Amino acid sequence: MNLSPDQTIFWSYGFITINLTLVTTWGIMLFMVIGARLITRNLKVTHQISHWQCILEMTVTGINEQIREIGLDDPEEYIGFIGTLFLFIAMCNFWIVLPWYEPPTGSLSTTAALAIAVFLAVPFFGIQKSGFLAYLKTYVKPTFIMLPFNIISEISRTLALAIRLFGNIMSGGMIVAILLSISPLFLPIVMKALGLLTGMVQAYIFSILATVYIASAVQESNKKKNLSTQKSTN
Amino acid sequence: MEINWFTVIAQIINFLVLVWLMKKYLYKPVLDAVDEREKKIAAELAEAISNMVEAKKKQDEFQQKNEEFDKQKQQLMAQAASDAGVEKQKMLDSAKVEAEVVKQKLEDASKQQQADLNDLVLQKTQQQVFSITRKALAELASANLEEQSVQVFIGKIMAINENDKKQFIAAFHSDLNPVSVKSAFDLSEKEQKSITKAIADVLGEDGKYEFKTDPKIIGGVELSTKGYKLAWSFSAYINSLEQSIDSRMRNTDIAVKK
Repeated sequence: MNLSPDQTIFWSYGFITINLTLVTTWGIMLFMVIGARLITRNLKVTHQISHWQCILEMTVTGINEQIREIGLDDPEEYIGFIGTLFLFIAMCNFWIVLPWYEPPTGSLSTTAALAIAVFLAVPFFGIQKSGFLAYLKTYVKPTFIMLPFNIISEISRTLALAIRLFGNIMSGGMIVAILLSISPLFLPIVMKALGLLTGMVQAYIFSILATVYIASAVQESNKKKNLSTQKSTN
Repeated sequence: MEINWFTVIAQIINFLVLVWLMKKYLYKPVLDAVDEREKKIAAELAEAISNMVEAKKKQDEFQQKNEEFDKQKQQLMAQAASDAGVEKQKMLDSAKVEAEVVKQKLEDASKQQQADLNDLVLQKTQQQVFSITRKALAELASANLEEQSVQVFIGKIMAINENDKKQFIAAFHSDLNPVSVKSAFDLSEKEQKSITKAIADVLGEDGKYEFKTDPKIIGGVELSTKGYKLAWSFSAYINSLEQSIDSRMRNTDIAVKK
């Protein structure tokens, strides 16, 4: 019994292996991009719009609002990363309703990759907003003693991100597989529905946590900005 | 449950590519469309507000005009009422004047009628008085009275003034007919001669005389030639009195009419 779609290998050449995770990911990517392209090709700015455009607009503006509520003032800058994170994970988890589908998020490689992306995105946005030194200074706050703890926290939360998503999705798949062997009728369907819900919640949690991390990194520059505006008004 | 590091790297690359593609094909167009729609709605709202303001302005203007119109209407009504009052007063005055004129005319007509009646009564009375006088004098007249009348007549001829005398002479000369001498009773020859003599004294020459008897003259003697008459008779006196009263009455009528 395969625990991860990584183990289903289609082609390999030394270090390079094309497994089910990658293939499924590409499929999902293709689906998302083509879908987005098809819908946004005929966007209308009138009062009457198509249902698909309406759904898309609601999704995008909803994500925008979520980012803003967490504390990022310019959600348009982060929606590319955070929104894609959410939509990709949600889309990966959505198709578990299909039989024999194995979500890429059930692979630790994928979740680790996403966690690493978040791990890298946090300093990227932090440095972009407040500068390299100012960002580094956040590691020694409130005191220098906190530096190792801050680094540990950074790494551990990245690990937690990866493991949480992987664990939830993988366990969902495992439960369904186990239940199929015990009671092949009805119960797996309920579990699949539950898995769908869990998948969506996990997508939300993953992207929200990523937003919180980025927000905490960017907050330093926001504080500075606030201080400078206060000074200028005084 | 192990990590395939090639898969990890590949997934990171996949994810970044997906981020780029989604940015290009999803977020940007959708957010742009939403922004554009918001702008459009904002513009439409602004236009609606401006239209509303314009409409309010127009409404105010219209209301103001309406009020002005009402005011003018009231003024015109008041003016019309006042004009009507003035006209009514004029008509009343005119009617009063007309009524006054009609009343005056009626009064005049009534006065005229009264005057006519008075006139008639006066005429009748006058006629009656003269008729009685005439009758009384006729009954009183006699030959003796005639004789005295002749004496009086002769006295009158003798006492003729110069102006009358000239007129008498001129009339006497222009008339070829004999001088007519009328009396109520037949004159005696003596009386005729004394009259002829008196006339001849006045004229300074003799003439032809025609003596006639006319009871209408009641008593006395009348002498007439062309355009000239000399008389002393009751009839002459009564006629003279009648003429005098007539003339006075006419004068009184004219004064009343005026």
